[in-house]
Amino acid sequence: MAEAARRSRLGGYLRAIGAVIWKDLAAELRSRELLGAMLVFALLVVLIFNFALELDVRTRATVTSGVLWVTFTFAGTLGLNRSMAVEKDRGCLDGLLLAPVDRSAIFFGKAAANLIFLLIVVALVVPLYSLLYNTNLMVPGLLGVIVLGCLGYIVVGTLLASMAVQARTRDILLPILLFPVVLPVLVAAIKATNGYLLGLEMADIQPWLNLLIVYDVVFTAVSFMLFDFVVEE
Amino acid sequence: MDATPRGLKILTWITFGLFALASYAVLVYAPREAVMGDVQRVFYFHVAAGWVGALAFLVAVIAGVVYLVTKNRTWDTVGLSSIEIGVVFTFINIVTGSVWARPIWNTWWTWDPRLVTATVMELVYIAYLMLRQGIDDPDRRARFGAVYAIIGFLSVPLTFLSIRIFRTIHPVVIGSTDPGAEGSFDMTAKMLQAFMFSLITFTFIYVTLLWHRIQLQHQADRVGQEKARLLAD
Repeated sequence: MAEAARRSRLGGYLRAIGAVIWKDLAAELRSRELLGAMLVFALLVVLIFNFALELDVRTRATVTSGVLWVTFTFAGTLGLNRSMAVEKDRGCLDGLLLAPVDRSAIFFGKAAANLIFLLIVVALVVPLYSLLYNTNLMVPGLLGVIVLGCLGYIVVGTLLASMAVQARTRDILLPILLFPVVLPVLVAAIKATNGYLLGLEMADIQPWLNLLIVYDVVFTAVSFMLFDFVVEE
Repeated sequence: MDATPRGLKILTWITFGLFALASYAVLVYAPREAVMGDVQRVFYFHVAAGWVGALAFLVAVIAGVVYLVTKNRTWDTVGLSSIEIGVVFTFINIVTGSVWARPIWNTWWTWDPRLVTATVMELVYIAYLMLRQGIDDPDRRARFGAVYAIIGFLSVPLTFLSIRIFRTIHPVVIGSTDPGAEGSFDMTAKMLQAFMFSLITFTFIYVTLLWHRIQLQHQADRVGQEKARLLAD
């Protein structure tokens, strides 16, 4: 009996997360505001790097991972800001908070939707980069690193974006709040990506993967605990 | 409006006295270091300022947690005051370190784990102050401040770890910049006494400043209340 109740509660929790994700995806499907902007922005960043760094064959080997992660980071900030600003401006956040579900479900729903958007951008930029610069980025381990890195970035980013949109200076605030805090994720992700690209031994890449996993676990747990305080009125 | 509490007045004078003694200990009492010469004297206040910075941020994160649990505004004031002091002392720490590094390491700056961590920590808490500045509602400001203080504090050790792994895999090319290797020295008994005395003095300075700052905040709050009441009449 208790077991069944527990299972139905978990089912309800997951359904609430799913509903928030679905809402974001449906809204994006109709407005097409967010993904288009993130994608074009990402391509522009790559373009600028192309000329800033002269991405010829020799430099490319060492800077590719850095270029990719700066691109993902900047495009991600754009997406995070927008995704939360929409909720705030149209009063959707208040509506969401009125829903009789655990508030962490709303947080995980928003974070998952943001992660999906960022991963869609990644899924388009990575093959395109491979094509343009004739570098094979389709290494399974590397794609795993990208998912781990994006996860840590998005979890903290979603929490901080939900604070930043409630401030007066919101558009400029998010990167200032987010970048110093996600530095470990970026360092680890860049070095692990580089390791896979240069074909280093697994023993050299392992410490970075460990750091990424530790960061993801710690900050998912902390964001889960702190989100209530961010939205409580 | 009551004046400065008696205890604080006494503490302030004690701190002044201690600082004068500490300056004497550092400049005169401690012997001249044989290899590095007088520039080594920077070390005493440098480490003491770094210690106060770390202590201030630790106090701020504890105050943040207590605030989120109790919702008592005094804890928010403690957190804010502590971070303001921490930002100043971390800055002193970085600048004095740089002054010492120029003759000893032959460079103002290197990307050593400790230097990077101190800088990122400084940026995190500057972001904290900017976040607070952008929010008008006092309750929300306090809540967001506490949340960000917790997140920032958790990310600092991971930053240190990430830069340390970074360095063990890729040794720095231009000279070894490990403080253990370049510019290390054995403290004589008098040096150790001057060092310990500086640490104690700076801890006193921290407590005195914190108390003054909290006092100031209480008075500012009271002025705000009076103003609101006058406007309401």
